[in-house]
Amino acid sequence: MFDSLSSRLEGAIKKIRGKGRLTEADVDEILKEIRTALLEADVNVGVVRNVVARIREQTIGVALSQALDPSQQVVKIVNQELTAMLGGETLKITYASRPPTVVLMAGLQGSGKTTNSAKLARWFKSQGRQPLLVGADLQRPAAVEQLRTLGRQIDVPVFSEPGDPVATATRGLAEARRLGKDVLIVDTAGRLSIDAEMMEQVRQISANIEPDYTFLVIDAMTGQDAVGVAEAFHATLAIDGVIMSKLDGDARGGAALSVKEVIGRPIAFASTGEKLTEFEQFHPDRMAGRILGMGDMLTLIEQAEQAFEKDQAEAAAEKLLEGEFTLDDFLEQMQQLKKMGPLGNILGMMPGMPKELKGAQIGDDELKPVEAIIRSMTAEERRKPEIINGSRRNRIAVGSGTSVAQVTQLVKQFGEMQKMMKRMGGAMGMGRSGKKGKQKGGKASKGKRGGGMLGMPNIPGGLPNMPGMPNIPGMPGLPSGFPGSK
Amino acid sequence: MEWIYLALVALVLVFGIGVLVLNRRRSPELTDERTSEIVRPPRPAVEPRPMSGPDTSTGTAVLEPSAPESAAPEIQPEAEVEAEPAVAAEVEPETYERPSFTSRMSKARSALTGAFLGIRSRAGITDSSFDDLEEALLRADVGVRVTDELLGGLRARVKSKEITTPDALLDALRVEMTGRLEGADRELHLVPGEPGSPNVWLFVGVNGVGKTTTIGKVGALQRSEGRTVLMAAGDTFRAAAAEQLLTWAERSGAEFVRGAEGGDPSSVIFDGVERAAARDIDLVLADTAGRLHTKSNLMDELRKVRRVAAKGAGRVTEVLLVIDATTGQNGLTQARQFGDALLSDDTGVGLTGVVLTKLDGSAKGGIVFAIETELGIPVKLVGLGETIGDLVPFDPGQFIGALFAES
Repeated sequence: MFDSLSSRLEGAIKKIRGKGRLTEADVDEILKEIRTALLEADVNVGVVRNVVARIREQTIGVALSQALDPSQQVVKIVNQELTAMLGGETLKITYASRPPTVVLMAGLQGSGKTTNSAKLARWFKSQGRQPLLVGADLQRPAAVEQLRTLGRQIDVPVFSEPGDPVATATRGLAEARRLGKDVLIVDTAGRLSIDAEMMEQVRQISANIEPDYTFLVIDAMTGQDAVGVAEAFHATLAIDGVIMSKLDGDARGGAALSVKEVIGRPIAFASTGEKLTEFEQFHPDRMAGRILGMGDMLTLIEQAEQAFEKDQAEAAAEKLLEGEFTLDDFLEQMQQLKKMGPLGNILGMMPGMPKELKGAQIGDDELKPVEAIIRSMTAEERRKPEIINGSRRNRIAVGSGTSVAQVTQLVKQFGEMQKMMKRMGGAMGMGRSGKKGKQKGGKASKGKRGGGMLGMPNIPGGLPNMPGMPNIPGMPGLPSGFPGSK
Repeated sequence: MEWIYLALVALVLVFGIGVLVLNRRRSPELTDERTSEIVRPPRPAVEPRPMSGPDTSTGTAVLEPSAPESAAPEIQPEAEVEAEPAVAAEVEPETYERPSFTSRMSKARSALTGAFLGIRSRAGITDSSFDDLEEALLRADVGVRVTDELLGGLRARVKSKEITTPDALLDALRVEMTGRLEGADRELHLVPGEPGSPNVWLFVGVNGVGKTTTIGKVGALQRSEGRTVLMAAGDTFRAAAAEQLLTWAERSGAEFVRGAEGGDPSSVIFDGVERAAARDIDLVLADTAGRLHTKSNLMDELRKVRRVAAKGAGRVTEVLLVIDATTGQNGLTQARQFGDALLSDDTGVGLTGVVLTKLDGSAKGGIVFAIETELGIPVKLVGLGETIGDLVPFDPGQFIGALFAES
């Protein structure tokens, strides 16, 4: 998301880069770009006005102060304001002293309440809780059936009765107490914020079950209306947080983000895919980095730590830097990577990825040819790819169902990568000194690799020097690369 | 320690994908081959899933409702179907009363109302008038680009003294906006063909826009006009989506075909078309699972569904994108991507129209201006409420009238 925001911003900044000082016209030009980008991301008009005004005030200050290198300062200002807009800290769930902790889900039709109820239940379960789901959406045909199916998938019981949603919710609470469940999640029917009767119904549900948390589910693709909807629901229910659904598309989620500014409640969770596991707590600070095209490394690292075997990873890294990394090692690491979830998601979190890659639609199956090729090699070939000659190439291509050209390509590229890593390793000493930031090792081999290798040499240390974005507040603990952050 | 993980992830990704991107560029024919193998799905791919109806001979459960002519107020299934009496009463094909755009859309305060009051209250046209207009249009999700175009034209006419009063300014805007939506073909195409060649209307869209509900309503409306309808539950992904559609089929007395949950949607649609052909049914309404337009594998799946729907006896006469009226600027991307994915080799057309749902809640839907003008895809149906009769043909004049309603 926000891809065009970061690229627009970069474009605007580029124009003033190298200028000794800013004129007011320069400032206006930049602000116009920022404004358009925010509006195209569906950020609420009112919020845009405020943010742009704040940026303007500070930027004019920079222009007047005749500071050197104003572009950097402008970037810093924009960055600060955006972070403020997303703002705040991650919502921390406090469990009720007398269980169950009651959660009420509300939202418009089709925002994703039922799916997110189940995802939330799964999340609570992963936190060691025992949730009970209540299906109080008796409106939409088969909504309860949907919830039951999802409940079965995550092994969470579902309570529902036909008839009256208010009664069902109330009885669900009693059921949770009876079963000794410590979290109760009540899914309600989708309703329009202007539908007085339905709003009264959900108010009654809320009054009866006295939720500890009321979450409003908002579709990331919602336009300007999100703010009005949030205000209306907030007035009726006192919202505690927002769950942003369908964030895995290319929607920029600007409207949902504006909600924070308007009702002062944070985005608590975000749904990032169709699978029930693709649901995470929302970290506003990390999101700022993602929005600005900086990647979301903290989440990436968290996920990697879960997916990779620690010892193996260390051993592989060692080999990598010594230039001993074989195709076997590569294959192994690739298996670990797969555990981290869809490749597209991982790419999105990766800082410094070239645009072509970010935009590319990478399906999970697409790495399969690579895997097939490697698997079709003999052990010796995997250790020493340089022995692969014409006839071996043919055999591998046939065995893996690919073409000879593909095999050649893979071998060639692997060779170059090995060389590059070796150089990097050498430059780094034993690889932990952390000075590698300036050592863009593979510069020579960059560029012509069809975009594929572009991001690579920058990753370990080049990050803080990303053009235009000097200090990312969202990345505490990683101030200047990863200098031996063991 | 963290950098190790990062480096490894980067390595695998960059290397693996680098190879991939290169290869992809080199051998596009490779992927083509792969997909073309699976054009015609083996029918047994659909697991028999016995419903209450006993007819499972084709491998799909089929619900047989009463014959279309029977305008009886109760469902009289040949197969014994558990129809709840409560819904059975609604089966009677009726003509549905059409609500007016203004009455439904004005339930939500019109996006433009406040701005208009402000503009009219001024003696002349000032910069603030344009600021107000701009904000109002943006609030209605019209989008930066269309807004700039609209206001650019008006500014010029104010400058040349062609427009001098606030009232004239608003009238001009209204004419301008109406003009943008004029001349489009908003008919739903149902080509009467030889028996055994049903029309297929395919419904696509992102998750949660109201595809299944729309199909239910379209089915009921078509039944009320005396056509025979079959609903094919191509949403095999979302839990209980088929049950939801089945409820609609029962209500309106349409036939119903489903597959196994998680099964291949193309084969469900294919079975639906075959069944409809065998029984001389006029129209197949094909549901599909909601999908984000950024998921290339799911868009490929949709491409296949379209191909398969036209493979046998069926003729795909409508491919409708369902969009939620509260959708923001992403709606344009959706329309573009779905259109590209569903492009037909024969007609060169991707989407044939848009269904704008939930318009009663938002009084907006400004994104249709961008979709119609930039992509030339007409809005054909609009959802103005929850009942069947609330799904009505799109009327640009009424739509803009409702946007401009000042009350």
